[in-house]
Amino acid sequence: MLDTEIRVTPELAAEHGLSAEEYARIQKILGREPNFTELGIFSVMWSEHCSYKSSKVHLRRLPTRAPQVLQGPGENAGVVDIGDGLAAAFKMESHNHPSYVEPFQGAATGVGGILRDIFTMGARPIAVLDSLRFGPISSGARAPEGIDEETIARNRRILDGVVRGIAHYGNCFGVPTVGGEVQFEPGYSANPLVNVLALGIAKKEDLFFAKARGAGNPVIYVGAKTGRDGIHGASLLASAEFSEESQQKRPNVQVGDPFMEKLLLEACLEAMQTGGVVAIQDMGAAGLTSSSCEMASRGGLGIEIELSRVPQREPGMTPYEMMLSESQERMLLVAERGREQEVLSVFAKWGLDAVEIGRVTEDGLVRVLHRGRIAAEIPAHALAEEGPVYQRPLAPPVPVANQRLVEFGATGADLTENLRRLLAAPAIASKRWIWEQYDYMVRTNTLEPPGAGDAAVVRVKGTKRALALASDGNGRWCRLDPFIGAQLAVAEAARNVACSGAKPWAATNCLNFGNPEKPEVMWQFSRAIDGIAAACMALEIPITGGNVSFYNETLGRSIDPTPVLGVLGMMDDASRALGMAFRAEGDVIIVLDGRADTESTPGNDAREFSSSEYARTIHGIVGGAPPAVDLAAEKRLIALLVALAGEGVLQSAHDVSDGGLAVTLAESCFASDGLSARVSLTSREPDEAALFGERGARAAVSVTSGKLARVLSLAAQYEVAASEAGRVTRGKFCIELNGGTVVSVGVPSLADAWSGAFERLLSTKEFQKVG
Amino acid sequence: MKFGVVVFPGSNCDHDAYYALGQVLHQPVEFLWHQSEQVAGFDAIILPGGFSYGDYLRTGAIARFSPVMRAVERFARGGGLVLGICNGFQILCEAGLLPGALRRNAGLRFICRQVHIRVENNGTPFTAAAKPGQVLQIPIAHAEGNYFCDEAALTEMERNSQIVFRYTTPDGREEAAANPNGSLANIAGICNRERNVLGLMPHPERAVEAALGSSDGLVIFRSLIESLTRQATVSA
Repeated sequence: MLDTEIRVTPELAAEHGLSAEEYARIQKILGREPNFTELGIFSVMWSEHCSYKSSKVHLRRLPTRAPQVLQGPGENAGVVDIGDGLAAAFKMESHNHPSYVEPFQGAATGVGGILRDIFTMGARPIAVLDSLRFGPISSGARAPEGIDEETIARNRRILDGVVRGIAHYGNCFGVPTVGGEVQFEPGYSANPLVNVLALGIAKKEDLFFAKARGAGNPVIYVGAKTGRDGIHGASLLASAEFSEESQQKRPNVQVGDPFMEKLLLEACLEAMQTGGVVAIQDMGAAGLTSSSCEMASRGGLGIEIELSRVPQREPGMTPYEMMLSESQERMLLVAERGREQEVLSVFAKWGLDAVEIGRVTEDGLVRVLHRGRIAAEIPAHALAEEGPVYQRPLAPPVPVANQRLVEFGATGADLTENLRRLLAAPAIASKRWIWEQYDYMVRTNTLEPPGAGDAAVVRVKGTKRALALASDGNGRWCRLDPFIGAQLAVAEAARNVACSGAKPWAATNCLNFGNPEKPEVMWQFSRAIDGIAAACMALEIPITGGNVSFYNETLGRSIDPTPVLGVLGMMDDASRALGMAFRAEGDVIIVLDGRADTESTPGNDAREFSSSEYARTIHGIVGGAPPAVDLAAEKRLIALLVALAGEGVLQSAHDVSDGGLAVTLAESCFASDGLSARVSLTSREPDEAALFGERGARAAVSVTSGKLARVLSLAAQYEVAASEAGRVTRGKFCIELNGGTVVSVGVPSLADAWSGAFERLLSTKEFQKVG
Repeated sequence: MKFGVVVFPGSNCDHDAYYALGQVLHQPVEFLWHQSEQVAGFDAIILPGGFSYGDYLRTGAIARFSPVMRAVERFARGGGLVLGICNGFQILCEAGLLPGALRRNAGLRFICRQVHIRVENNGTPFTAAAKPGQVLQIPIAHAEGNYFCDEAALTEMERNSQIVFRYTTPDGREEAAANPNGSLANIAGICNRERNVLGLMPHPERAVEAALGSSDGLVIFRSLIESLTRQATVSA
């Protein structure tokens, strides 16, 4: 049956995920019934994924302005000024549902999509980070939720597929995957998170925007041919909950071709250099539909395209299918009339399809022709900008009654053994098994590779500068308190960037939540936005864009609310980049605490400690509340770290986060060339909390004796408490607490537990046995 | 003296090789497009790393048929210096300019890490500036670097000292644990009988600045430059 013969009814609209009110709005905009193709177009453009209809009213509360921001939210990526006439474009995006349905291709196309967003802006991608969340991959920890072996095996397969997918795409494309983080929580078992952050660099004058100009200018389609893959990816995969039938959605997952994308990158950047390109937009979610109507809408113009000219992978595709296809590695661009040959010849050189499929018009309509007949005709602005906006109801979730909290000392006093077990927990253990599968060095800019520092650091060739990138987000904390959890995500990512020596410069986010139609989920979202806004304002970090991913639930179970923050840092002198590794025997270890008056501030109490990684791994408890956040303290610490790095007086810096101070010190040993640490701490907290509490605004740094005085005086100047904790040694790893030795062990014994954990869980042999 | 860095569709270490030669070593260097049918005017050719033509069939299998490779083959047969890095090594094997083949890594995964390789033969134009047995720290980044050849070819290569680099421990011991990908006899790089064509899996262009972790790759490029300078002096 031809598209035109399918009668559009309210029932058909409902099947497309459109509500009765939305359908009525469509009728009003058109002044008539939509045809089948138009219905499809509206359904993808007004899907949650493309329209942000539930999140829009909340996102407005985020701070987006600052002198360095050249482009805030609303374009393909945010752009900030990084000096020397250069701009950095960066953005984070999710590809969660596809990665559950088909982990390899889902993750691969997630990388592909965000890379296109970056080079669409005229920027060459120079780094990628991945923020990943999976269900538990180990039954070793006393998981209170009782995860069965089958689920664990499936989680391992998902992790393996996702990592291979990221490696496949990024390595072939030739962008280094330099960092990120991985966390494991039971809520992600049937809904893993794959958030990809990409960073690119362009000369300021070479930036490109997706805004059509000049009626009569040709509209050119470039890149891969259009196929039937990915139809309704945005509306059905990304904008609905999952059920047991989700595996049947596998055909909705797109298939990526990183080689094609590499050609597209080179060809697009070269075509932009000709001066003949007016505007360009990638075809990501909702493909040809969103690219054409967004370019038209932003330019206040219309676009007319003839579908029979679109390069097609298979015969007999209908207008509905072509408009909704999410085939990858495609771009739509507007060229200057008369100069199209210059542009086309660049694509010919790179062996890519490039076809004029239409023109820019003055009438403000997106007009889709198929063999000369009108297949769809919709006002561009109404389609792109006048979609529904919802102020959905909010309600705090019912608090969990009778939560078990940690009883200090209940697990016995062998803190050495507890440290060893904690270091082997998947959330804390070395992620080398993952990042060695990524080419993290290509383009020869990586100054701090994965595992070397708190943030990844890449230099900017042709300048003295470097950029640092870190991502963070703790779903467990956000479930317990989304307002505090979100602040902590901002604070930790910013602190990580500062530990590497860079000044936090701008942030992007990826907001992963459950079904927004549930008031508790919407409440979590709203509180998380308030948390991000509060922290970004306090730390003076503008948000330049991001992505919202709702409907992360399967069988009615929502994931932990997971706002992930990506913070970009700027360093004027790349040679000042700092790693976490201790550097020389005899160096002094100093613990910095932004809460200057540490005597009078309370430490981690049982409630806060119950949400720590230690509580989960050692006590089998997940509850209580996130650690208290002190943004003023974070700000002082960040300012001090940037100043210390700027003077080049530090040997190493590493923040206190998952696993607390003991893990921080151990990791600085592991990253070093066979060094160890002996420290002596005083604390009024219980022993476990003093060693493993995760309260923020702290970092452990090392310094040569000669620079010690300068570090202490700068700390005093910035009102940060600095206590000399001990020395870097070549002996045993020793921690004394209030005069008594609580940890004493050789570094290799700890390092084995930490570095081998992933291999043990995921090595091919082991994996096949379990999987 | 002029270096040419070949650009195949899908090459992605071309810019890095160009940068190492041009910016770090201050040598004249130009890109060579895969459709060039001749390489006149160049004194040494670099085949860079990457995924030429997507490497969807077999690594290097399509690149060897490109127009520029016909020219590179003529150039090599005439004694011109050709250095193949990673995907470039795979292409040289496919093109028959070097013996053997590169299979999937024994662990079946892509590996990116710093490794150590020992200079087995410093009598080549690519290693003349190195000390015999010198151990270099140079990174690898590949999924198909598992070198293989038959018994006869291995014996022949050993007799002719064509094995130029072997994976070793940092102190130069040839152990199975130091072999990242399962390569036969820990082979990391080989040359042809005539010593003018060299292929290796590690990336020397990523090891030319200490800030990036190692500058041990410099010795390979310096050897190349010195050899070319000597050639030029002799012919002048």
